[in-house]
Amino acid sequence: MTGAQIAAAARNQRTAIPQRSSGEATRSAGFVLLMYTAVGVAFLGLGAIIWDFASDGVPVLSWDFLTSFPSRVIPANSGIESAIVGTLYLMAICAVLVIPLGVMTAIYLEEYADSERWFNRTIEVNIQNLAGVPSVVYGILGLAFIVRGPLSMGPVLLAGGITLALLVLPVVIIVSREAIRAVPPSIREGSLALGATQWQTIWKQVLPGSIAGIATGVILALSRAIGETAPLLVVGAGVSLRFNPESIDSAFTALPIQIFAWTQDPNQEFVARAAGAICVLMIILLLMNSIAIWLRNRYEQKW
Amino acid sequence: MAEPRLAAASGAQGVRVNLNRTPTARSRFETGVKIALMAAAALSVLTTLLIVGSLLFESIEFFGEVPIGDFLFGTKWTPQFAGAQQSFGVLPLIWGTIYLSIIGLIVAIPLGLLSAIYLSEYAPNRVRKVVKPVLELLAGVPTIVFGYFALTFFSPTVLNDLLGIGVGVFNGLGAGIIMGLLVLPTIASVAEDAMSAVPYSLREGAFGLGASKLQVSLRIVFPAALSGIVAALILGASRAIGETVLVLIAGGQTPNLGLDPRESFQTMAAYIAAQARGDIPAGSIEYLTIFAVGFTLFFLTLLLNIVSIRLVRKYRQVYE
Repeated sequence: MTGAQIAAAARNQRTAIPQRSSGEATRSAGFVLLMYTAVGVAFLGLGAIIWDFASDGVPVLSWDFLTSFPSRVIPANSGIESAIVGTLYLMAICAVLVIPLGVMTAIYLEEYADSERWFNRTIEVNIQNLAGVPSVVYGILGLAFIVRGPLSMGPVLLAGGITLALLVLPVVIIVSREAIRAVPPSIREGSLALGATQWQTIWKQVLPGSIAGIATGVILALSRAIGETAPLLVVGAGVSLRFNPESIDSAFTALPIQIFAWTQDPNQEFVARAAGAICVLMIILLLMNSIAIWLRNRYEQKW
Repeated sequence: MAEPRLAAASGAQGVRVNLNRTPTARSRFETGVKIALMAAAALSVLTTLLIVGSLLFESIEFFGEVPIGDFLFGTKWTPQFAGAQQSFGVLPLIWGTIYLSIIGLIVAIPLGLLSAIYLSEYAPNRVRKVVKPVLELLAGVPTIVFGYFALTFFSPTVLNDLLGIGVGVFNGLGAGIIMGLLVLPTIASVAEDAMSAVPYSLREGAFGLGASKLQVSLRIVFPAALSGIVAALILGASRAIGETVLVLIAGGQTPNLGLDPRESFQTMAAYIAAQARGDIPAGSIEYLTIFAVGFTLFFLTLLLNIVSIRLVRKYRQVYE
């Protein structure tokens, strides 16, 4: 067959190609509609959630609300000072514990560990599993080992902080590993070729190159920690405390705990206070997320 | 380090240079750093051991007092009662957990997968840049806020006033549906990752054979990413099973073996949180129930997580 014959055959063939049935077009349009609906439901859900707590909670917000202690009797005098202070302390304790541990583990797994060895594989699988353990189970760990049992601290601030730190540790490790992995090997090779030791390479090249990613991950992990209710309930955080925690071994409460306590109250005025506290919690979370996004955009290394 | 290599390079063929040198201060420091890092990594294993240990230790004590058969197959959960009324059948809690998770997944699976297909196959870049952050935002909302929403708005206003279903203040239906909303971003994001990992050549091949976009999405990309999609569903199920405060606030605290979703249900996680909150004395049988139920919950989610990790690894191996 010559080229011309092939071309002619193809021309004749083309007419024989069946057109797509109109049923296919309808199915396609229907599917697109379904997908729009799915995404729309997610949008609508988020919008309704925000509208719900904002419309109940914004009228409650005032300087007095932020700076008074919760009252069990009079809703109008009831505020969230002890809850805000407790949440900020918890976040600080959590950060102090989780940043070194998480980053060190990530460095070990990315820079030192030979992933073929059983020991390192155990650590990796273990971290993935820990990330899937329900938060309430971490609460049980805190209750059995930190509040009672071997450490016997009692339901104090430090116990809550350690529990939350253990809870978000896998998240910090996973995000830090990704940030460290994003630093190209050529950077390390260049540094090693100039005579730097492995640790010098990590400290002077790899960490500065991945710090933005790590910081973003840490902030997101901390924002998960301060939104957690279940582990703090189990550990035994106080409800409606009329004092701020003075040190790491004093009783404490936190925003989610106060919100929980108020939603359980039969008095609707207290339930509105819960919405007010949700507004404050969401503003804190939004601020943290904005910082994370800003950090990522501002300092992200392009290799 | 420089001298021996230089010597090796300049020396005649076959000359061996001894590279093992006595440890210097610097090399000792390097080893120390490595050991410190390894210790930090080992701490995560210790966490797991502590979790298992704390659950196991007190659970054994619990099963010393309550026969394991009565626990696993009993149909009445009344640990707070005294005497003959007291019963430790965990089935109502397991049923509550599974039933609410099923309601949640019925909502989350279609919505999550459709969103994932949209993001991975259909959405223009401009739209993706809006939709993804919104889903991330939804994933970042604390679960107690979902609980507040279900309790104060969704159950009374949407289910009762708007749809006239007649649910109680605390009910399984409202808690379950909102659980679906909570799990949706997890399913969508993991499933989208799996579908995006399918190589472009597979799609091009199908398009070249005249397939429509719908056919490519559903018959090529979806099956190719199936292990990752199943992993997403399992991960979603595991989140739903472990969810605590949403169910505690909106689902109620009644152990229930029934099928009517308008009634109140209690899940394992919600029982733990409700029970640990009270000032129960350590070592009492009520205290020990926390650990027995916690162990059951931990075991169930661990099983799901292991399956999902395996599946994710499988699709990574295929396409990376």
